Amino acid sequence: MARRLLREPTMDGSIALSTTVPSRKLVRVRAVSKTYASGTQALAGIDLDIEQGEFISLLGPSGCGKSTLLRMVAGLGRPSAGTIDWPLATHDAAGRPDREIGFVFQDATLMPWATVFGNVFLPLRLRGRRRDEVRAEVTAAIANVGLAGFEGAYPRQLSGGMRMRVSIARALVVRPRLLLMDEPFAALDEFTRQRLNDDLLTLWAAGGWTVVFVTHSIYESVYLSSRIAVMGARPGRIQEIVSVDAPYPRDEAFRTSAAYNEHCRRTSAVLRRAH
Amino acid sequence: MGEATLPLWARIAMPVALGGGLLGLWEGLVWYLAVPRFVLPAPSTIAWAFYTDGGTLLASLWITLRITIAAFVLALVLGVGLAVLSARSRLVELGVFPYAVILQVTPVVAIAPLVLIWVGVENVDRALLILSTIVAFFPILSNTTLGLRSVDHNLHDLFQLYGATGGQRLRLLQLPSALPYLLAGMKISGGLALIGAVVAEFVAGSGTGSGLAWRIVESANRLNIARMFAALVLLSALGVLIFSALAGLQSLLLRHWHESAMVRER
Repeated sequence: MARRLLREPTMDGSIALSTTVPSRKLVRVRAVSKTYASGTQALAGIDLDIEQGEFISLLGPSGCGKSTLLRMVAGLGRPSAGTIDWPLATHDAAGRPDREIGFVFQDATLMPWATVFGNVFLPLRLRGRRRDEVRAEVTAAIANVGLAGFEGAYPRQLSGGMRMRVSIARALVVRPRLLLMDEPFAALDEFTRQRLNDDLLTLWAAGGWTVVFVTHSIYESVYLSSRIAVMGARPGRIQEIVSVDAPYPRDEAFRTSAAYNEHCRRTSAVLRRAH
Repeated sequence: MGEATLPLWARIAMPVALGGGLLGLWEGLVWYLAVPRFVLPAPSTIAWAFYTDGGTLLASLWITLRITIAAFVLALVLGVGLAVLSARSRLVELGVFPYAVILQVTPVVAIAPLVLIWVGVENVDRALLILSTIVAFFPILSNTTLGLRSVDHNLHDLFQLYGATGGQRLRLLQLPSALPYLLAGMKISGGLALIGAVVAEFVAGSGTGSGLAWRIVESANRLNIARMFAALVLLSALGVLIFSALAGLQSLLLRHWHESAMVRER
């Protein structure tokens, strides 16, 4: 935990943009804009650094381009202008970065015809690994999200929360440096969501990877993140980066603390200014 | 919903009782009104035809079944193959589809003489196979094409993220996504292959051995209406068998994951 706290300098958006210590920045987003063929401008002038090991949220209402930004970081879609580089990654001959990411979609996006094992095995399978040689790895990833014993179940037999856990296991089985999550818990009920938030923080503390988490919930973003990029719409832009300097591990005590409320209030004020 | 919860014996007993009653009525009326057997034979006369002509009829059934299965398999290979090519290349799709539609909408009866001339009158079996395939192949092509295009967008992106090759995408994503559509197409095509085999035999005649269609024509010519009925019963039974087999395959393959094959408890 101490390691993580040391990595959290107090910073606001302006400091984050001006520091250029290349060894710590996992992703560098510079002046990125996205305009669709229809002429809709989804994003304008986005600057953002994603620091290694942090938990950063992209917070904003529907239509502020937060998912679009996340997908472009993942390499799904290109910016119309600006650059997204990966200073720490190795690059292939064509100059494409080896992103080493895991991606979790809003709905669990599992293959309904495959078992839990088959779904979590998929990313490794696409990399040409054989089922028997990674059996232990896949089983461990499933156990890691609390689903040991459900390897043979089909997605239809699982609850929404369990399906989301499978999706997280699938993202983590490749041991990513960066976990990208696109409103992963938005469709879940409050209790399930809370459990998954806690479990996600536990996994993150143990795993040492970085998270970019898209959400439209102020409470969720404050509870989870070390930094929150508050976004505004029309065109999509980052209004301000709010840092949440409460220590990890965070639990029920933090959720009911005055500090938590204060962070929520501050974030909410920034969000209001953005609209 | 109420019907679905009826016990199995009731679901079997009901149609059997109804059919038995109707057969009894038919039998009684034919005897009572003394209907000539070349107009409408009684069920018992038809049963007797099964007994006396059973060997011939079963041989014909086998011939029709063979053509049906061969045409069905050929339609499956052609339909899925063309659908996969269309999914990989829009140009192939644009080129192929109009002709597939033309083949589909042109009545098979009208093409039969032409096909017969091309393959030669000594190869009637081949003509039957071709005609039956033409009838059966379109539902498989169009359903599979639709299925291959119905891939979940996020799963599509996921495969891209993990660097899937075209082959992996086809095998692990597109074909499984298309499976429910393909199976629905196969259920239609199975029946159509049989219809195609029968209609083609009516028009083109029979090949090395006579199929059920030819038995019907022949029985009609001889006013052996009982045997004609027997052949008809066999044809229907064959159609039902093909449909049930494909429906069984469908629920077997989809039982774990597709809405259509899930049993819901309430």
